[in-house]
Amino acid sequence: MRALTYHGKKDVRVDTHPDPGIVNPRDAIIKITATAICGSDLHLYDGVIPGLMSGDILGHEFMGEVVETGPGSTLRKGQRVVVPFTISCGSCFFCEKQQFSACDNSNPVEKRDISEPLYGQPMSGLFGYSHMTGGYPGGQAEYVRVPFSDVGPIVIENDDLEDEKVLFLSDILPTGWMAAENAEIEGGDTVAVWGAGPVGLFAAQSARIMNAARVIVIDHHPHRLELAAGLGCETLNFREVDVREALLEMTGGIGPDAVIDAVGMEAHGFAIDNMLDVAKQTVGMGADRASALKQALLACRKGGRVSIPGVYGGMTDKFPLGALMEKGLKIGTGQTHVQRYTKKLLGLIEEGKIDTTFLISHRLPLEQAPDGYFNFKNYQNEWTKVVLKPGT
Amino acid sequence: MGLLALARSSAGKHTPTATGNAPGRTARRERFGRYRVVGKTVTVSKPSRDELFAFWRDFTNLPAFMENLNAVRPAGQGRWEWEIVAPGETSVKVVTEIASERAGELIVWRSVEGSSIDTEGRVAFRDAPGGRGTQVELVVAYVPPAGGAGVAIAKLLQREPEQQARRDLRRFKALMETGEIPTSDNRIETEKA
Ligand SMILES: [Zn+2]
Ligand SMILES: [Zn+2]
Repeated sequence: MRALTYHGKKDVRVDTHPDPGIVNPRDAIIKITATAICGSDLHLYDGVIPGLMSGDILGHEFMGEVVETGPGSTLRKGQRVVVPFTISCGSCFFCEKQQFSACDNSNPVEKRDISEPLYGQPMSGLFGYSHMTGGYPGGQAEYVRVPFSDVGPIVIENDDLEDEKVLFLSDILPTGWMAAENAEIEGGDTVAVWGAGPVGLFAAQSARIMNAARVIVIDHHPHRLELAAGLGCETLNFREVDVREALLEMTGGIGPDAVIDAVGMEAHGFAIDNMLDVAKQTVGMGADRASALKQALLACRKGGRVSIPGVYGGMTDKFPLGALMEKGLKIGTGQTHVQRYTKKLLGLIEEGKIDTTFLISHRLPLEQAPDGYFNFKNYQNEWTKVVLKPGT
Repeated sequence: MGLLALARSSAGKHTPTATGNAPGRTARRERFGRYRVVGKTVTVSKPSRDELFAFWRDFTNLPAFMENLNAVRPAGQGRWEWEIVAPGETSVKVVTEIASERAGELIVWRSVEGSSIDTEGRVAFRDAPGGRGTQVELVVAYVPPAGGAGVAIAKLLQREPEQQARRDLRRFKALMETGEIPTSDNRIETEKA
């Protein structure tokens, strides 16, 4: 099969690989019909993720048709499915608590040795996201092997729903939704969102569905801010205004009730600069990062909520711990528990309450995926989301 | 108190020791007399404690999740022959016998007199608090062989036994909870080396 393959920093190519097969009883093989390039793929592209190796297949947002099933799979050949980027067994303590991204089993034991010392406990396996999260081959390919296929994939019964309408159920839509949920929005609330990338925009859209009175989106790309405005949000360009002052004035001196940091989306958290922070920390050098989060903590009203959608991988210093404690802020965070949200969000898509296709700026055949990476990386204002279509 | 009991237990609730309620082996030392001791605990949410015990008690099941084991075969008279993978495509055979057991709770095995490795292993099964499954604790002690015992064995035992114990136990947990051992391999290539 053909698959987008990592060769080195800023060097991805479409190569030929052996087709995947059923390995474990609960596996299924999916023929990919649509797959997206995620903002976090750019950090793989930039070569800053530890545990990524030349020859690895990328891609963690994908959907397609079931072509083969193991004896323990509940899927049937021919079904259309969207596959969550988090791989979850469905039967461990965490999966039973619906904390799917904390699955205790899906990250193969021999792959856990990098993240375990860093976090205390390793997290779940992810598709196409380095050997730190399991080394699972990704979905920017013609075919993908899906472990625990009885738990993750959501079947799309409605043939009228085209791929583009449901594809983002695999990652960025539930990620944006969980970010808004973690902001614990109440009617009448003002919510500020840092970052008008895919997750920030979907978080803003979700916050509006959850009845936030106002949603204010902060970024510097004019076109991305236009997309936010198109969702009914107010916008702030941080190149042009003092964000903290502007937010305070816009909220009558109170500050937003909830703040969402969707900026440091880098790498679902594993960027090497974060890792370096750890090293710097141990030799006593300061590392000054997480600036959006620090700004958000200061801007948030007293007793407000802080939502951090799966962003950071290492440590940081000069953290405004005092603001967090003294103002009594509540923090919600974590890698997305995708499987918890897919069914509900599919319902909202079918009812026409959520349409995520506004984000898609470019559609390319799989063979042109390297161009997609290059342009998504270098022209962020215009290239807001790339969907790859294998087989076209 | 036996060697492994010492390494294993939190010294009981009535006998305060240097390690408080922590397992003795987590003390900052690696050797108990001549023995090197490694041990790990996992919590397995399903199936029941009795079923976990029964799976383990059939030693022929162990190679399914223990990376260093090629096979375990019954050797008669309640003994088992363990075929352990050693570097350089060789293997080492160790015969063990059950030193003690309590149904659903504990299995202790020990290498018989004259084995190439002097080793003792113990696996304990306890109810986790709050009905959250079973805590499974594996403790293995062995005497690192001196020169005469063969380079292969020495090398084998240097292959990070602590890491092996941790990985083996987690594979056991995955196999029990999910019915399979997760892997990112995209196809079935070869049998395990
Ligand atoms: Zn992603
Ligand atoms: Zn799980």
